[in-house]
This record gives sequence, structure tokens and C-alpha cells, in this order.
Amino acid sequence: MQVIATRPKSLTDLQFTYCPGCLHGVAHRLIAEAIDELEIQDTATGVAPVGCSVFAYKFFDMDMAEAAHGRAPAVATGIKRARPNMQVFTYQGDGDLAAIGTAEIVHAANRGEHISVFFVNNAIYGMTGGQMAPTTLPDMKTTTSPYGRKTDDVGFPIQVCELLNTLHAPYYIERVSLLSPADIIKAKKAVKKALTYNKEGRGFTIVELLSTCPTNWGMTAVDSLKWAKEKMIPFFPLGKFRDRGEE
Amino acid sequence: MARMTVNPKYCKGCGLCIAACPKKIIRFSVNINEKGYNYAECFDQEACIACKLCYTTCPDVAITIEK
Amino acid sequence: MAKVLMKGNEAVAEAAIRSGCRLYFAYPITPQSELIEYMARMMPKVDGVFLQAESEVAAINMVYGAAGAGRRVMTSSSSPGISLKMEGISYIAGANLPAVIVNVQRGGPGLGDIQPAQGDYFQATKGGGHGDYHTIVLAPASVQEFADMASEAFELADNYRIPVMILSDGMLGQMMEPVEFKDPVTDEELAVMDKRHKDWCIHPKEEGEAPHHNEINSLEIDPSVLEQHVMDLDKKYKLIESKEIKVEEYNINDDNEMVCVAFGTASRIVRSAIDQLNAEGKNIGLIRPITVWPYPYATIANALHDKVKKVMVFELNLGQMVEDVKLAVNGKLPVEFFGKVGGIVFTPEEIKAKIEENL
Repeated sequence: MQVIATRPKSLTDLQFTYCPGCLHGVAHRLIAEAIDELEIQDTATGVAPVGCSVFAYKFFDMDMAEAAHGRAPAVATGIKRARPNMQVFTYQGDGDLAAIGTAEIVHAANRGEHISVFFVNNAIYGMTGGQMAPTTLPDMKTTTSPYGRKTDDVGFPIQVCELLNTLHAPYYIERVSLLSPADIIKAKKAVKKALTYNKEGRGFTIVELLSTCPTNWGMTAVDSLKWAKEKMIPFFPLGKFRDRGEE
Repeated sequence: MARMTVNPKYCKGCGLCIAACPKKIIRFSVNINEKGYNYAECFDQEACIACKLCYTTCPDVAITIEK
Repeated sequence: MAKVLMKGNEAVAEAAIRSGCRLYFAYPITPQSELIEYMARMMPKVDGVFLQAESEVAAINMVYGAAGAGRRVMTSSSSPGISLKMEGISYIAGANLPAVIVNVQRGGPGLGDIQPAQGDYFQATKGGGHGDYHTIVLAPASVQEFADMASEAFELADNYRIPVMILSDGMLGQMMEPVEFKDPVTDEELAVMDKRHKDWCIHPKEEGEAPHHNEINSLEIDPSVLEQHVMDLDKKYKLIESKEIKVEEYNINDDNEMVCVAFGTASRIVRSAIDQLNAEGKNIGLIRPITVWPYPYATIANALHDKVKKVMVFELNLGQMVEDVKLAVNGKLPVEFFGKVGGIVFTPEEIKAKIEENL
């Protein structure tokens, strides 16, 4: 018998610090698998955010940088401009990318920085205990929207892919989900495509990955998959918004 | 011939593999790992078809599939 | 080489390029926009990277990234923009990264005005960002010194893995004086610089190199590990304090009746006033800190022999460096302060009058 699936080389041996059932680990694995398959472990480097995945720099077995909250695209810009023959990626959650980091992601995308952004959207702030995110759904209860998100007060969820799709420079924009094995297999294709384009020097790539937060949604891991499929996808439709490689 | 193995060190007992397995051959062990989780285990390796759905959904990369 | 007449903002940019800086990220702000514009024109000529960032926040984080990748990188701004950089500077210090930050100070607080001031002394030397950290702070008092500090700053930054701030002001940024530049680094020297930090920086694995997992990071969630990390920073700062103090003593002798302390542009005006007074038979000395962190406490203390009756401090602010002078004087003598705010620069006549009042 041969091993046909196991821990990718590009992950360290550390156990992930994520909650049981949190799909961050799946996203990490997909990125690591793609890095292994593209044979870029020696030249890839990632920028970790502030959020649940703040320790991502410990989980990927390559040079990594930790960034201040929201600043990962700017840090990635600095690294890529300084070491142009590295493949640079960022890994960010919804607070990091769509709240405090809105300027940095828009401008990195607008400049067409040669980086790959992996945006994990679970409609809530996990690390700090379940507060409202820019991507929180209308009427969704969080610790800072205890009566539900009131759209006439704080607006609607931000659709990052749609937002970035108004810019000229981005090369590849896709939203995928991690909400079932079939979805994860499709997500892997998107992750690998982004890193392939990165390796080929094509331009700015972003993959938004819909995910869950069982702990702060107050559900089991299995139930949170169902809830996300039912409630999040209407606001965050899956699909390829742009793929200059296929034009 | 196929085998799925869970490394108890990584498993957090989230149950996603159990839900994903089309053959329903994964269960929580009665044993616990160092962290106190009842880790997942395959109880009928003969029936495993190496579909890799458990591996695909495992958020802790605890599973190895052999074929 | 021959001297050229150059504006301070441009001179420091030219000197930075000659020192091997090949990455520059910044945002325009008066009174230092000539610096960013000079870099925009000149960086491409040396195949360097010039990027006008979307904000000073983005710029300092680009600096963090490039510094994390082990290359000589610089940013510049003026007071309100430097405030924006404080988060990033704390991270750069916490992650032990080398970088150069130029502050061309203007009147504050808040939006203030666009005229020269020294109101950012506290921010620069007592840490404008959070946590226990220091940046080396160099305070030029001439365009030549401003330019020379570019290469000094990069050397210090690389040697100690620390952010270095050049604390200039709108006067020095805008004025034109003759400058003599060092020869530019050679391609060989640049290649050496590029590999200097390989043991800790982000870089692609080379032929024959072992695989590496370098982390650029200031987070240590385990308190005992963070404690060790901060104590290591402290060791570094104490080493810098023991070796890198730079100060100018002007007419400091055994017969001084008064000792003045001033830095940067303020020191030039004080020097003119002192020259006039000394020509009239007085004996006033001037101590001019060139590094304001680490601060020359001992130099000031050692100048206070029995004949000195008073210490006077002159700054273009409400009184910031005077606190460090008081620490140095340690209660031995009265310390008087005279400042000017609003972006207004005092005149030699004003200083002369103030000194005479206090003799």
C-alpha cells in the first residue's frame, strides 16, 4: 500500500491551535499542498494576520512574517519588492482584511501587487471572542451586535471579491467555500491556481474562502457547515469573478 | 485495499470526518489523547475505499490515507 | 568630489541612495515632499524600488516587509505622518529589524502647520509607539550632517537590527547648503549588503543553502518568552547607550559661566547668539546632542563645574529635551527653558536677550 494523502511537507509538525472543527486548518492544508505540488517551498513566504490565524507563521514551514492588524498586504508588498523571486502570499480573516485592512487590500490589489491573498471569511471575529465583522450577516447576533446586526445602523456585509472586481489590475479573483468535501476540492483548485499564477508572475490573485466559526456561532462543527451553506452563500455567492489567465 | 489512519496527537474530536465518510466507518474512540479529546478512528478498514473525503475535510491534517 | 548646493530633503535622499538604499516607501506631506519626489526620480535610475504608498501606515508596513527581507529600506514623513507610523515602528523594533525613518518636523499638535518645529522630541526619544523599545535618534543641524546621517543611520540599523530615526525639521528640509557626498556603494558592496542578514531574514533558499524557516515577528504569547525577548532588547539598548552617543561640545571649558543645550536647527541659532556674547567677553558654552537617543547625559553632567551658574535649554517646542537635561543636571543647578512654538523659529537676538536675562 502507498500513502496517497498525508500531512503536506510545507506544514510544520505543530498541532494547529484552532478550535475543533474550525476550517482554518483545511485552508492551511490546501495552501501547503499547493506549495508542495508547485515545488516552491524554498521560495515561498507568507504573511500572517492578527486574528485566529495569528500563529500561521508557526504552521507553514517556510520563511514567514507576522504583520500588524490589517497590514499584511502592505508587508507582503515590501517583501515582494525586496525579494522579487519569492512567491509571497497573505492569509487574512474578515477583520484583518475587510475592517482595519481595507485600505491596504484595496491598494495592493489596485497596484496589481504580485502576491496571493487568501481571505478566510466566517462572518465574525473569532480570536477576540465573537464580535461583529464587516461580513457579519444582517440580524446575526454577535457579542457586539447582541440584538442582531441592524442594517439601518451599521450597514450590510461587505462583499470583498465584488469590491476588488471593480479594480483594473487584479488578475484572478474567486470565491470558494470549505463547507463540504466537494467544495473543499473545488477550493483547492482555486488555491492552486492562485499560487500557480503567482509562481508565473502573472499579477494579483485573491481567493476568498467561506468558512465557519463553530465556537462563536454556538454550534457544532457539522451544524455550522449547514448554517453557513444556507445563510452565508446568498450574501457571498461562490464563483470566479475574474480570471485573466482564461481570457 | 485501503486504510485511513488518524494520528491521535492531532485529532480534536470535531466529528467532521465521521459526518463526511460515505461508508460510515469512522467513530470516536473510547480512548482520549493527551489533550483529552476522544479522537476519531476507523473501525472497519476492510470497508475503506480511500475516497479521501475524511482527509479532505479534516481541519487538523490528522489523517493519512493509504491505498 | 565637489560640493553641491542642495536642499536638505534632497540631500538626505541622495545620500541614502549612495549608501545602498534601494527600497523607499512613503506618502507625500509638507515639508518633505521634495524627498519623496527626489526618490521617485532617482530610485528607478539605480534599479531601486520607489513606491508611493496609500498612507504613511501602509508605507511603514512596506518598510517592515522589506526590512524583514533583509534589505536597506527607508521611509520619510513629517510629524502627523510620523504619528501614523508609530504602530509600525513599534513592530519593527519588536521584530529586531533594521530600517531608517526620516522625520522632517513641522508645527503640531494635530494638523498644526507646515513650518519647522521640534515638537516630536518626546515621540521620537521616549517611544511614540507602544511597549518597551527605543529607536536610535539622530538630530542633524546642517544639510551636510543631514546627508551624512543617511549612511550612519543605515550602518547603525544594520549593525544593531534597530530602526533609526533621523529627527530633522522643516528648516533643514527646505534650506539649501553646500553638501559633499560620499562615493556611491559599488555593485560588489550592494551584493554583500543583500546577503548580510541571511541568518534571520526572509529570502529565497540558494544553491547549497540549508532549508530555513525564518520568522519576522514580535508576538510572543508565552510571558516568560516575551520577558526574555524584551530583556534581550534591553541588552541591545544598553550596548548602544555605551557605544553610540554622539555629541558636540562648543566652547565648553573650565571658565564657562553658563552652559546651553540645544539640538538641530535650534542649536544653530543658539550658536550664533553665543558667538555674539562671547565676542563681548562672556563665556557661554553649548552642548549639542547629535544622538538624542542615546542621550549624552554624562557630557552635560561633566560640563557643570563650580563656575557654571545656570543651564539654559532652547527648543522649538514647549519644553521636551529640557527634561533630559534636568535628568543630567540632577538638581545641581537651575535649568531654564526658552522655547518657541507654532512653527516659529527664534532669532539669535531673542536667544541673546534670554541668555543675558539669565546671567
